[in-house]
Amino acid sequence: MRPFSYSRAEDIDTAVNEVTAHEDARFIAGGTNLLDLMKIDVIHPQHLVDITHIAHDTIENTEDGGLRLGALVTNADTAYHPEVEKRYPLLAHAILAGASPQLRNKATDGGNLLQRTRCYYFYDKTTACNKREPGSGCAAIDGYNRLHAIFGASEHCIATHPSDMCVALAALDARVQVTGPDGSRTIPFEDFHRLPGDTPEKDTNLREDEIITSVDLPPKGFADHYTYIKNRDRASYAFALVSVAATLEIEDNVIKDARIALGGVAHKPWRNKEAESLLIDKPADRDGFQAVAAAIVKEAKSFRYNEFKIELARRSIVRALMEASQTYQ
Amino acid sequence: MRNQPHETIEDVRSDAIEKHHISLTINGTSYNLEVEPWTSVLDLLREHLNLTGTKKGCDHGQCGACTILLEGKRINSCLTLAIMHDGAEITTIEGLANNDGLHPVQQAFIEHDAFQCGYCTPGQICSTIGLIHEGKAKTLDDIRDLMSGNICRCGAYNNIVKVVQEALENHKNQTP
Ligand SMILES: Cc1cc2nc3c(=O)[nH]c(=O)nc-3n(C[C@H](O)[C@H](O)[C@H](O)COP(=O)(O)OP(=O)(O)OC[C@H]3O[C@@H](n4cnc5c(N)ncnc54)[C@H](O)[C@@H]3O)c2cc1C
Ligand code: SF4
Ligand code: FES
Ligand code: FES
Repeated sequence: MRPFSYSRAEDIDTAVNEVTAHEDARFIAGGTNLLDLMKIDVIHPQHLVDITHIAHDTIENTEDGGLRLGALVTNADTAYHPEVEKRYPLLAHAILAGASPQLRNKATDGGNLLQRTRCYYFYDKTTACNKREPGSGCAAIDGYNRLHAIFGASEHCIATHPSDMCVALAALDARVQVTGPDGSRTIPFEDFHRLPGDTPEKDTNLREDEIITSVDLPPKGFADHYTYIKNRDRASYAFALVSVAATLEIEDNVIKDARIALGGVAHKPWRNKEAESLLIDKPADRDGFQAVAAAIVKEAKSFRYNEFKIELARRSIVRALMEASQTYQ
Repeated sequence: MRNQPHETIEDVRSDAIEKHHISLTINGTSYNLEVEPWTSVLDLLREHLNLTGTKKGCDHGQCGACTILLEGKRINSCLTLAIMHDGAEITTIEGLANNDGLHPVQQAFIEHDAFQCGYCTPGQICSTIGLIHEGKAKTLDDIRDLMSGNICRCGAYNNIVKVVQEALENHKNQTP
């Protein structure tokens, strides 16, 4: 690792001041993604601001009946929190499908949102990568692109976002609370991550001097009808090829609300609200689920090595909705 | 393809970066240390304190050989900075045995022949102890899933799972 200087922030304002005051500074939380990338010199900040001593490390009820996940709560403490297990089991399942117990004990909820892509070329400094080095090209487009996007890619980058947790947060319509030098703002989850377009170096709409303070869950947790399916190359400790978070609200076998978020297929957790709306006021049955899956994958575009993802996504959506329609508390 | 030679550390930044003072309790002993910001807990243990029981496999969070217990919780010591843990309590493989002999999980690894080369074993043992404290593993599938952060290149998995299963049962019997 290249040398860097270090300071510790005890509160949000100090953290924001510290990161603005130092050239090329970053926050460090669990460190499980940042240090990984610093060791191979893909990123090389000159200063780290340690935010793990900031008190935003609890899970609390919000006034609207939802739940606030402090940015510094670990992924493990989130997944095993009684309120999360009971009211947002989709989120608990998605977190536990990711990484390993050791990593989840360190990884934080804020850091999880900001983890970088697992595109092999992004990690390999001998190759061209617009995300790592803007303007250098994209080695994945004509390279080995098995892990890569089938939705929303651009000619500049076809990487996917690797998080499991974020797929559940997208389905749950979470809101991200952030604070910067100009004050605080709320970012709806769907606007947090971005598509690559012609600036793939930017993964999210968070500004560099802004810190995530919490991730807020709305009251509706879909605890009766949910599922998270993660398809990967081995049964655990691997990133998703295609994952699906599906939630349903069903009354008398009629669907009242439906969310479908896909992971491993785009630069951000992928939702298609128009397709989701096809399910509303319809019976919860396989025919309806197949129609939605077809509508979602209609927009998919594959590259040389990832064509399999389209059929995998279609089938996984149907299976996820079938399972979700059957889960009862 | 661009293939630039790596810049050396000297090219990039000066020696001006100051070391920081931290104190740590490791296996019951307190240490007052001066550390550079970029020293991982793993490098601190192995290179600075000569506690080489904790192994470096990948240095990237992928293998679990470096698993230690930080405040009783299992973590990968390769992906965390020593400087961030001022005042913390750490247990490594060297801290498990006491005057009465080996820790029961260490003993069980020997009895079940749960290793071949032994390189992954310190991490497997610390991870097993972390898993028991977490109290989430109920079935054999849970054990396999919750031990998946520890890779064994020798493939001693069957016997490792037996050890974890036995350790969980013993723990249940001791804490009614
Ligand atoms: C071997 C391995 C396997 C993994 N497998 C999976 C998997 O299957 N599924 C999955 O979802 N993830 C997986 N992960 C990724 C893991 O979940 C992330 O590394 C972790 O969630 C990052 O959180 P952190 O707190 O450690 O972030 P850090 O590494 O500390 O930070 C990551 C980034 O976020 C920034 N940051 C952190 N907190 C804040 C904040 N509050 N405000 C603003 N910026 C902030 C940092 O500056 C940095 O840029 C894996 C990781 C490894 C190493
Ligand atoms: S897909 Fe994106 S991250 Fe991967 S090489 Fe291309 S530009 Fe880089
Ligand atoms: S050395 Fe830390 S996980 Fe491999
Ligand atoms: S015993 Fe050799 S790696 Fe596990």
